[in-house]
Amino acid sequence: MTNQAQAFDLVAARQRCLRYRKRILDISQKVTALHAAPAFSCVEMTDVIYRGLMVRVEKGHSSPDAFLMSKGHGCMTQYVILEDIGILPKEELDRYCTPDGLLGAHPDRGNPGIEASTGSLGHGMGLAVGMAYAEKLKNTSGRIFALLSDGELQEGSSWEGAMMAANLNLGNLIVFVDLNDFGGMHRMSEYHKAFFPLQEKFESFGWECASVNGHDAHAMLTATEARQGGKPFVLLCHTVKGKGVSYMENVPIWHYRSPNKEEYAQALSELAEVIQ
Amino acid sequence: MRNTFAETFHEAAKSDPHLCVVVADISPAGAMDKFRQEFPDRFINTGVAEQIMIGMVAGMSMRGLKPFAYTIATFTLYRPFEFIRDDLCYQNLPVTVVGIGGGVTYSTLGSTHHAQEDVAIACAVPNLRVIAPCDPEEVEAATRWCINQQEGPVYLRLGKAGEPILSDADSDPFLYGKLRYLRRGRDICIIGYGPILKMGIELADILKTLSFSVSVISAHTLKPFDEEGIKPVLCQHKHIIVLEEMVPHGGLADVVRVAAWKSRATCRIDCFTLKDEFVHCYGKHEDILDAHGLSVRLMLQATGLT
Repeated sequence: MTNQAQAFDLVAARQRCLRYRKRILDISQKVTALHAAPAFSCVEMTDVIYRGLMVRVEKGHSSPDAFLMSKGHGCMTQYVILEDIGILPKEELDRYCTPDGLLGAHPDRGNPGIEASTGSLGHGMGLAVGMAYAEKLKNTSGRIFALLSDGELQEGSSWEGAMMAANLNLGNLIVFVDLNDFGGMHRMSEYHKAFFPLQEKFESFGWECASVNGHDAHAMLTATEARQGGKPFVLLCHTVKGKGVSYMENVPIWHYRSPNKEEYAQALSELAEVIQ
Repeated sequence: MRNTFAETFHEAAKSDPHLCVVVADISPAGAMDKFRQEFPDRFINTGVAEQIMIGMVAGMSMRGLKPFAYTIATFTLYRPFEFIRDDLCYQNLPVTVVGIGGGVTYSTLGSTHHAQEDVAIACAVPNLRVIAPCDPEEVEAATRWCINQQEGPVYLRLGKAGEPILSDADSDPFLYGKLRYLRRGRDICIIGYGPILKMGIELADILKTLSFSVSVISAHTLKPFDEEGIKPVLCQHKHIIVLEEMVPHGGLADVVRVAAWKSRATCRIDCFTLKDEFVHCYGKHEDILDAHGLSVRLMLQATGLT
């Protein structure tokens, strides 16, 4: 494991992820919609990428690595992490989705820490392939990390990108897939059975692939660091949509809705429990 | 036109290691093949996969390269349209998207290969610059501009091959965003863009024999359009003839009419465009244009200038 991964404190990470969920819930009380459940499924994944895998950004310097949130509706997680590491100011999160602020319900390139404008699904793979190829052409050490939803792997464009990533031997491309099993409506494993299995699909497309629990930081770090390399790498992260708040877990309405006052209070009390 | 583009690009790429081309299953002929052989890492073929072609050029631009996407105009613009809109235009990346065979150039291949609405569609998207050169000389100048610019995305609409040079020693130089006089006259002004302007030159030659003094203007930059430059054109000519290988709405014809309204111009305006119909006939490029009312003979008849 790299120094950064070795230095990754699992206990501190759990506390951070709990705090991130609370912060998202706080912001949810100011707006009618903020995609809480899809943000909650990828909290640990995004934290591992920023804190455990990417080369740290020092003040005044840009990281050779880049992260793009391909599932743009997961951006609340990215925002609160960027706030925590000092890239997004607190005031901007307080002005979320208001005319005075910068931040909307999908990431917009040019805002602090935001590499790509996403929101329409199926775009992140192509962007990440182009970014990774550029780093390879320039012969840099830069790696491109992208976080995709499982739903956007239904887009043909994601597989056009997957083929090219393998053709171009993009060993500097690392994709995490948030396998929460839900699109906007139903369980994909029920209505879209042919979507699975995914690991074999990626491997047949020329990728290196591993499958882990997407709420287990240690498992994600270990699997990523143990990759052989030389090929694009995809980590299939099995997650729970709405993870951490019982009434949100695997309930489609929370793809979009914000909790009311009572629901908010219940969510906070539940989050006091340590997330497994 | 495509050869001139390739030669210009190849020449520039020798001294600019950031220039790359991403194509979608189009055979690289002439200078583009030389570029591929000399710089194999900078020539990428995604195969029949236009969404990743656009996604890749966006990503490459985001990390400091100067990529061009290149294939037949319909597959450049229509198939991956949302990727052009979101990846290139929303993010305002300096990427050139080259469409070969704009209009009905691929005259035997049917409407699947006709980009007859491309200018209207491209002009509708914020941030997207739209350039349609009329001859190889304009292609060279426009390509150089695209290579050197860092403003944002460009749709560069080209013809195919064998287009004649339409300018002469008296023609204005190419300036991005400016109307370009190929010829200057006083009575009638023929204004158009793209290879069909050859027909405009032929029409001008005939009108000259009928004792008219005729201007011919290449409106190569459709967006941003030269709003200031069009005003004196409308005031200084009695009769404007717009010639456009594109559907009747959303292109130069509309722009000229609106400009005339705004500047209270009193000139007569005749617009000749493709019809608002798909093409179900085949033949030479001229045959398809003729079927849509675009020929010197038909324009003379329609304007009553014979």
